[in-house]
Amino acid sequence: MGFLDNLINGISLGSIYAVIALGYTLVYGIAKMLNFAHGDVIMVGGYVIFTLMTSLHMNPYLSVIAAMIACTILGITIEKVAYKPLRQATSLSVLITAIGVSYFLQNMALLIFGEKPVTFTSVISLPKITLFDGQIVIKSETTAAIVASVIIVVGLSLFVNKTKSGRAMLAVSEDKDAAQLMGVNVNRTISLTFAIGSGLAAVAGALLCSTYPVLSNTTGAMPGIKAFVAAVFGGIGSIPGAMIGGLLIGVIEILGRAYISPQLADAIVFAVLIIVLMVKPTGILGKKVSEKV
Amino acid sequence: MKRKLRPTTRKSFVTYAIVTAAFIFVEILVSSGSASNMFKGLLVPFCVYSIAAVSLNLTVGILGELSLGQAGFMCIGAYSSAIFSCAVKDTITSPWVRFPIAMLLGGLVAAVFGILIGIPVLRLRGDYLAIVTLAFGEIIKNVLAALFIGSDSKGLHFSLTSQGDLGLEPDGKMIINGALGISGTPKDSTFEIGFVVLMLTLIVLYNFINSRTGRAVMSIRDNRIAAESIGLNITKYKLITFGLTAFLGGVAGSLFSHNLAVLQASKFDYNLSILILVFVVLGGIGSIRGSVIAAVVLTYLPEVLRSINNYRMLIYSIVLIVMMIFTSNATIRGFFAANLAKLKGIVSKDKTAVKEGN
Repeated sequence: MGFLDNLINGISLGSIYAVIALGYTLVYGIAKMLNFAHGDVIMVGGYVIFTLMTSLHMNPYLSVIAAMIACTILGITIEKVAYKPLRQATSLSVLITAIGVSYFLQNMALLIFGEKPVTFTSVISLPKITLFDGQIVIKSETTAAIVASVIIVVGLSLFVNKTKSGRAMLAVSEDKDAAQLMGVNVNRTISLTFAIGSGLAAVAGALLCSTYPVLSNTTGAMPGIKAFVAAVFGGIGSIPGAMIGGLLIGVIEILGRAYISPQLADAIVFAVLIIVLMVKPTGILGKKVSEKV
Repeated sequence: MKRKLRPTTRKSFVTYAIVTAAFIFVEILVSSGSASNMFKGLLVPFCVYSIAAVSLNLTVGILGELSLGQAGFMCIGAYSSAIFSCAVKDTITSPWVRFPIAMLLGGLVAAVFGILIGIPVLRLRGDYLAIVTLAFGEIIKNVLAALFIGSDSKGLHFSLTSQGDLGLEPDGKMIINGALGISGTPKDSTFEIGFVVLMLTLIVLYNFINSRTGRAVMSIRDNRIAAESIGLNITKYKLITFGLTAFLGGVAGSLFSHNLAVLQASKFDYNLSILILVFVVLGGIGSIRGSVIAAVVLTYLPEVLRSINNYRMLIYSIVLIVMMIFTSNATIRGFFAANLAKLKGIVSKDKTAVKEGN
């Protein structure tokens, strides 16, 4: 494995982190809560695709779309049932509830699909890209991850800045009460945010499980936490920040694994997060918020 | 003249009494032979989780900051005390001398790490602090899982890659074997020692909370800016609290490691931190007694529910969500408060009616 191969793998993993981080960053920016269960929605998406493809022999792309719909519904349900009653509660209560939801999803999946990890068949069937007479081979999953993440980031930026609902999201993230006074339906905007975030989680699930084809009930947990790290790294609430953060975390993780130590790769990722927060607590592209007395 | 106890003192004495009564009850159960092996195996974990939970409650309930790194401090305490015990196993043979030193050492090393970590981290607040403490816990776990330490006649050898990399002499012995962890730690932990340590922890915590320092810490929790404006050194008090939490977490870890045949860092992942946080939250944030009760009940329940093994974690998660919604939602709380008041109203009316009737 040359340096370029590692770099490409890093970018591939980073693109997946970016897609997950977008879900985190949207929800954190607008609902001001750390949605611990986001990673587990990825796992649910993976299982939906797996079930549709193996037992119903559905077309891979159709099953991804079905998983997106399922996860969107799941995301809205979670928000309505578990998080909405806690709008006014402290961040600790909300975090514990999110942890509860995360445990719930993991154990539900454990009951339905069992403890044994399943082997996931890739949903992507594009040809490989071979460069420099076969010296560099880019797998189709890598291409798909990069293309998907770029499309999602551009699309989401356009949506947030150009459409009415997107601007409502910006307004709610800026000041919930003022937005409500201006006629923005805050509850619907938050639901929409969860819907988008969870739909993206399904895409992330498809990409993650296609690249690393093992699926179990805890598949989403660690990537979820690392993607949150990526979102904080890039500046929470910022869409391009999530992309940059995701790519950097992915590249750091893969290069750390290849050149420093396979066991310490996770530790390196977390150490980078801590250093970034020490130097610039709002992340790379984060806005500085001054505190009012 | 009879002196009346202060409410805070009375509260702490009730807790000591409950814990002591529970201890005596369990001792009678064990000595009469009616305790099952499963129950006996849980006795030390009861103490470990109780200590870990009350010490985390200090940071979460008294300081008001969220930490998801308690497992990391337990891990440091567990490892440092186990290394110490393994190293002096042959020179200090009496566990009564060895184990207290090991626990103290485990606590101190954890406290040093707690303060080192606390200095940069405690500037952050809320969810950021939670994620950074989680990150620290994971770093500690990963580094210790990759660590190899061996000793031979030339002294100690360290490596972060493999056992072969140590270059040990043939008669050298391994102390930490990477992800396989530490084996051969003397089994010094007993329920009696655990009880004594738990009581000491409770005494330290109650006295800390009711001291001048404790009140300062609580004022920071309630209004940081106001506390700062009357001249309290925020960083100092935060560090003291965080350091004490880490120290007691380290002690809990030492108790844990001396109860296991093989100690592996992978046991101390963020799920353990979350579990301990759940004890604190379900026991009541800020309530020391609640943490102990929650830790014991929630350690015991899953073991009793082994027969419905697959559903127990599911039930656990639903209980968690429902509890949080019921205790934090203003409407539901208002509903219960109103009905409770009504009930009380009826009761007191009845009483007055009875009185008038007489």
